[in-house]
Amino acid sequence: MTFVTTRTDTGPLLDGATGKWEVVIGMEVHAQVLSKAKLFSGASAEFGAEPNAHVSFVDAAMPGMLPVINRYCVEQAVRTGLGLKAKINKRSTFDRKNYFYPDLPAGYQISQYKDPVVGEGVVIVDMPGGKSIPVGIERLHLEQDAGKSLHDQHPDESYVDLNRAGVALMEIVSKPDLRSSEEAAAYLKKLRAIVRYLGTCDGNMDEGSMRADVNVSVRKPGGPLGTRCEIKNVNSMRFVAAAVEYEARRQIDIIEGGGTIKQETRLFDSKKGETRSMRSKEEAHDYRYFPDPDLLPLEFDDAFVARVKASLPELPDDKKERFVRDFGLSPYDAGVLIAERESADFFEQVAKGRDAKLAANWVINELFGRLNKEDKSIAESPVSAAALGSIVSMISDNTISGKIAKDVFEIAWTEGGDPAAIVEKRGLKQVTDMGAIETAVDKVIAANPQKVEQAKAKPSMAGWFVGQVMKETGGKANPQAVNELVMKKLGL
Amino acid sequence: MSDLTGLTIAEARDGLKKKAFSAKELTEAHIKAMEKARVLNAFVTETPDIARAGAAEADKRLAAGAARPLEGIPLGIKDLFCTKGVLTTAGSHILDGFKPPYESTVSNNLFNDGAVMLGKLNMDEFAMGSSNETSYYKPVINPWRRKGSNTPLVPGGSSGGSSASVAARLVMGATGTDTGGSIRQPAAVTGIAGIKPTYGRCSRWGIVAFASSLDQAGPMARTVKDCAILLKSMASHDPLDSTSVDLPVPDYEAAMTGNIKGLRVGIPKEYRIDGMPAEIEALWRQGIQWLKDAGAETVDVSLPHTKYALPAYYIVAPAEASSNLARYDGVRFGLRVPGKDITSMYENTRAAGFGREVQRRILIGTYVLSAGYYDAYYIKAQKLRTLIARDFEEAYKKCDVLLTPTAPGPAFGIGEKSDDPIAMYLNDVFTVTVNLAGLPGISVPAGLSSEGLPLGLQLIGKAFDEATLFRVGEVIEKAAGVTPRPQAWWEA
Amino acid sequence: MSVDKDTVRRVARLARLAFPEERLEPMAKELNTILAWVEQLNEVDTSKVEPMTSVVTMSLKMRDDVVTDGARAEAVVQNAPLGEDNYFAVPKVVE
Ligand SMILES: [Mg+2]
Ligand SMILES: [Zn+2]
Repeated sequence: MTFVTTRTDTGPLLDGATGKWEVVIGMEVHAQVLSKAKLFSGASAEFGAEPNAHVSFVDAAMPGMLPVINRYCVEQAVRTGLGLKAKINKRSTFDRKNYFYPDLPAGYQISQYKDPVVGEGVVIVDMPGGKSIPVGIERLHLEQDAGKSLHDQHPDESYVDLNRAGVALMEIVSKPDLRSSEEAAAYLKKLRAIVRYLGTCDGNMDEGSMRADVNVSVRKPGGPLGTRCEIKNVNSMRFVAAAVEYEARRQIDIIEGGGTIKQETRLFDSKKGETRSMRSKEEAHDYRYFPDPDLLPLEFDDAFVARVKASLPELPDDKKERFVRDFGLSPYDAGVLIAERESADFFEQVAKGRDAKLAANWVINELFGRLNKEDKSIAESPVSAAALGSIVSMISDNTISGKIAKDVFEIAWTEGGDPAAIVEKRGLKQVTDMGAIETAVDKVIAANPQKVEQAKAKPSMAGWFVGQVMKETGGKANPQAVNELVMKKLGL
Repeated sequence: MSDLTGLTIAEARDGLKKKAFSAKELTEAHIKAMEKARVLNAFVTETPDIARAGAAEADKRLAAGAARPLEGIPLGIKDLFCTKGVLTTAGSHILDGFKPPYESTVSNNLFNDGAVMLGKLNMDEFAMGSSNETSYYKPVINPWRRKGSNTPLVPGGSSGGSSASVAARLVMGATGTDTGGSIRQPAAVTGIAGIKPTYGRCSRWGIVAFASSLDQAGPMARTVKDCAILLKSMASHDPLDSTSVDLPVPDYEAAMTGNIKGLRVGIPKEYRIDGMPAEIEALWRQGIQWLKDAGAETVDVSLPHTKYALPAYYIVAPAEASSNLARYDGVRFGLRVPGKDITSMYENTRAAGFGREVQRRILIGTYVLSAGYYDAYYIKAQKLRTLIARDFEEAYKKCDVLLTPTAPGPAFGIGEKSDDPIAMYLNDVFTVTVNLAGLPGISVPAGLSSEGLPLGLQLIGKAFDEATLFRVGEVIEKAAGVTPRPQAWWEA
Repeated sequence: MSVDKDTVRRVARLARLAFPEERLEPMAKELNTILAWVEQLNEVDTSKVEPMTSVVTMSLKMRDDVVTDGARAEAVVQNAPLGEDNYFAVPKVVE
C-alpha cells in the first residue's frame, strides 16, 4: 500500500556526491495488546513458556478449529485508536492474509485489510530543540502474531514453537511523514509512551511486545518519492535509527552510482549495523486477502466508543500542556517529565503543594541523572517521591540550602531514611540565627585583614568571604544572609 | 428379535424403553449388518468396540430409568467430524493417521445424548463431490440398483457413506454435512431423509472445514421424524463457533402435527430447468398435489437469480476451500512427503495428499482470489449471493415454504459423470441456492424412478424454521407411502 | 479471462501444489472450462449490490479475556509427522 505524506515542510537533509537528499520514512509498528489470552483463542498470551505450552488447538490450526474474538483486545484497539486521536470505525472486518510459512499454522493470518478498526489519526513527535512534528497515522488494525521458528537447534531442521501464534497485535501504520533517523526513533518513542500511558501495550521491545517495520526511501528534496525498502522487525529505538541511517546511505550510494533501488524486504543485522535482503521474502507474494468467513464483521455503537473514551487517562500531550500551564515548566522540562507515565506521576507527587519548578529541577537533574547513571528505572528509585518532596520542601522553607540538599539526597539514596530525620539527626539545618552568622563573619574579617583591603579595591572579592563564612558554618548558613552581611561589614 | 436394523430411531427408542430389546442387541445387530456390507465401502473406520461400550452404558442407563434422548441408538459419523482418539480422514490421504485430540461439538452433542458410534463414514474428499467418487478410500456403492441391473451406482455425495449406510440399514441414522447439497442430494438418491439446517443452527466446531460460509451439519435418517429427533440433539448454541446462533432449539417432534391446512407452499418457476427428466417433473407435480390434498395452498413464486447460484457457488466454495485447506502442509498432522526444502516439502505433501478434484478446486479458489481477479470473481459471486438471498426474502412474503425437486435425476453409475466436472456440479443445481442464502432445506423420499431408483423432493424453509420443514416433510413422506428399502443384495 | 500454462504454474506455486509439467496444459483447459462457465455471472448488473459478508444476521460473538486453554503441548504435537521436545520440526528455513 502506498500512503500519501501529510508533511509539508522539508526535513533534515543528507549530503550525497550529487547534492542533498531527503529521506522519507514510514513505519508499521506492531504493538502486542496487553491481554491475558490470545486474540482468537483462550491460550495464554504471556511471554516465555515451554515450547507449545501456550497453544490451543485453534492456534495450531487443527482441523475444524474456529476463532472467537477476545472482547478485551477489541477494546484495547479502540482505546489505542482514541489515544492516537484517530477515527474509530464502527464497522470493521477481519480478513485472511494467505501465505505459507511454518510459523503460520493455518496458512493464513487473520488481520484487517480493507476495513480496519481504526482509521486516520495523528501523533505529535517532539524533537530535541523544541520542534514538534505531527506524524500522520494511516490506520490501526488488529491481527494475529505468528509463531517462532528456531534455526539453531538442529543441523537441517527448523523447530517451530507456536506460543506466540495468535497473540493479539495492533499494527499501527504511519504515513510516510518521517524524515530522519532521529525522527523515526522519536516517533517510536512517542508511540511507545502513548500505548504505555493507555496501558494497551507494555512497550517491551526486548520481548518483542513492540517492533517496527521501517519503510525507507530517498529522494531529491521536493522530488517524486523514491522506491522504498521495508526493513522488518527492528526491535529498539537505537536500531531503528541505525537501520534508517544505513539504509538511506545505501540507497543514496546506489542511485548516485547509477543504479536503481529494488523494492524489497530487508533485515537489520544489529551486530553488523547493516540491512540485508531477506531470502525468505524474496518470492513475490499474492496474499489473496478475503473476509474471514469464520468471523462476522466487528461492529459497535457510539455508546461503546464513548464509554472507552471516558475511561482514557490523561495522555502525554495533554499532560505536557498542563505541566507547562499549571506548573510553569518549560516545554522541554515538561516533555522530559511526561515521557514515561511513571516519571510524570512521580514528579506530580514531588510537586504537589510545593515549588513545582524546583521540584522539576530535582526530578530531572538529580533523580533522573542518578537513575540513568545506575541504570535504574523510576520504580526502582531508592528515594521515594515523598522523600524527594520533603527535600524540596526543606529547600523552599530555608531549612537547608541547595548544597546541603544534595548531601541529604546522597544520604537518602545510599543509606535510605527520611530526609527530614537525616537533616535533624546530622544537624544539617540551615543557620538562620543572624547573631551566629554575624559572629562567623566578624571572625573571618578579623582573621584576614589583608583580604579586607583587597576586597575594598575589588568588590568581587566579597565572594571569597562568603565562601569562608560558609565553610565556618559547615555550609549551614543561609548564603543570602551571609552575602548581605559580608557586604555590609566590608562597607561595599 | 427379528430385523432390529429395520426399525426407525423413534421405534427403537420406544422398544428400548419398553425393554423389548437391549441396546446391546440393537448395537450387535447393526455391527453384524455393517460387517456384512463391507462391499458397499460405506465406512472408513469401523468402531465396534466403541459401539459396544456405548451400548453397555446405554443398557445401564435404561435399567436405571435414566435414558437420554438417543440412549443406545447406533449411528454413523461422517468422517468430516473430528472424533476424539478416532482416525478422522475427511476422505483424504493428506489426513493419514490423524487422530484428533478433541471431539466435534455436533458428535459430542449426540454422544452426550446417549447415541452409540458404529464408525466413521466414507465421503468425498474434503466433502468435494456429489458422488463419493473423490474419496481417497474409494467410492461408496449405493445399496440401490437399477431394476434388473448389477451396475454399481453412486450413493450421492459428499455424504455418500452416510446415505448408503442409512439406506442399507447399517446404521439408524448418520451425520452429514451440506455445503452445496451434500446431505440432501445423497439422501434423495438413496431413498432416505436428510436436512440441511439453517446456517448457524449446528456448530461447525470440530468439523473439518470445506467452505466456511456454506458448511452446515445435519442429520440423515430413514424418516423425517428420525431427522427431527437427531437434529434436536445435534443443534446447539456453541460459544466456540462465532457463526453459531444463540437461539433455543425447538422441540421438532412436537411440531410435527401433520396439520398443514392453510400453509402457503411456493413453487419457484425457475426450478423448471431445461432438460429436466419427465419423471422428476412428474414427481414434483405429484408433491404439489399431495400438499394441496392435505389442505395447503400453492403459490407461484419467482427466484430470478437461481441460474447463477451454481456458478457463484463454484467461486465462493473453492475460494474459501483454498484458504481452509492451507493448513494441510505436513507440519502438524497427517501426511508429510519430504522435499529438498520447506517449500518443496509443502508442494510434495499437498500434491500427494490431495486428490484431483480437491487440487482442481484449490487452484480455482487460489486463482479467483489472486491479485487482479478478486473483484471480478469473488466479489461478483458474493454480490450474486446477496441477490439470491433477496430472491428468497421476496418469495417468503408470499409463501411459508418452497417445494422443489432435490436432484435432477436418480443415482447414476460410478464413473458415468467423472469426466465432466460441470455435469457433475449440476447435481447440486436445486440444492445449492439454499446454502448460498443460509436457509434450511430438507429432502424427503417421494417415489421411485422408472428404473426403480429413489427420488426425493426438497422443501426449503425460512431461516431457523426447520420445524415447518419437518411438519410438511412428514406429510409428503406419508403421502408417498412405504419407506423405500433396497434389496440387501450385498448380504447374498 | 483465460488461463494459460504459466498461470496454472503460478497459481499452483501460490497454492503449494507440486505440478508436473505435463499436467499444466490439461489443467489450464479444465480451469478455462469452469471459468468460462462461471463467467455467466457477468450477465447480472451488480453495480448497486453489496457483496454478502455473512449469511446469518447476528453480531460478532466475543469472549472474555480469560485463559481457558493451553498447557497441553503433548496433545498439540501428538499428530505431528516430525518433532522434538514438543516442537514441530520442518526442513531448515533460511531467513
Ligand atoms: Mg505490515
Ligand atoms: Zn502486521
